[in-house]
Amino acid sequence: MVQFSTSLLDASFAALSDATRRGVLEQLGDGDASITQLADTFHMTLTGMKKHVGVLEQAGLVTTQKIGRVRTCKLGLSRLAEETAWIEEYRRLWTARFDELDQIVEELKQKETHHGRKE
Amino acid sequence: MDAKSDPAARKPGTTVERASDRELTITRTINGPARLVFEAWSRPDLFQRWWTPKSFGLSVISYEADVRTGGGYRLVMRHPAAEQPMAFFGRYIEVTPHSRLVWTNDEGGEDAGAVTTVTFEEKDGATHLVVHELYPSKEALDEAMADGSTTGWSEQFAQLDELIVILDAKV
Repeated sequence: MVQFSTSLLDASFAALSDATRRGVLEQLGDGDASITQLADTFHMTLTGMKKHVGVLEQAGLVTTQKIGRVRTCKLGLSRLAEETAWIEEYRRLWTARFDELDQIVEELKQKETHHGRKE
Repeated sequence: MDAKSDPAARKPGTTVERASDRELTITRTINGPARLVFEAWSRPDLFQRWWTPKSFGLSVISYEADVRTGGGYRLVMRHPAAEQPMAFFGRYIEVTPHSRLVWTNDEGGEDAGAVTTVTFEEKDGATHLVVHELYPSKEALDEAMADGSTTGWSEQFAQLDELIVILDAKV
């Protein structure tokens, strides 16, 4: 799952490395838009815009919904991205726990060695 | 590989995986024999020191545990993001020294509570831990994940990050 989470992060950074895609996110921040509207705003072909939206969608930054012949794009974390974020938070909690557990086990080890020497 | 230059490699890896619709699996290797690692899980005075990490803003209000098969436990802790203290309770289904711990989590109600199984596997003086949380249904796990994300843990994570930066600077 760490690998999976890393790959989603990689996808997010890759998605954000492109000026057009950052522009699309900004645009969607003002309201939902269809692929056609986005293509017009950014003076691109429909195919080109579809590719950009696809990259954003894979990174979990944008969700799309097709109603009739129109595909509407919306800003927001996909379920997958939300779940990944939750798991990453949970992993951090467990990391903090295990780091302290490591210290306690180290204390126990030292105590044992100490007692061993005394006896 | 230069472990120091890679923050992810520096810490022994903790992995968390949604193993199925209703299961989470957490793993980590602790540097010590299973005998001592088990002691830290089964002695209440030690357990409460690491289970509620201060770096997360968690603090223990009370903790009682009868770590025997059939015995019960009750942990009350506080988190700054929650107005009320949070209580966790259940009972031990299995306590097998140095190898296995199984307990129920009953605070979520009968239909929602997970069963936690911890296995301890020693190899070359270190102990590989596998924590397995089995929820009664996909919906129960989905809900647990949805609840957790809204309780304001994130703020604490930010603090943890700061702490790590401070600790890193000291090293």
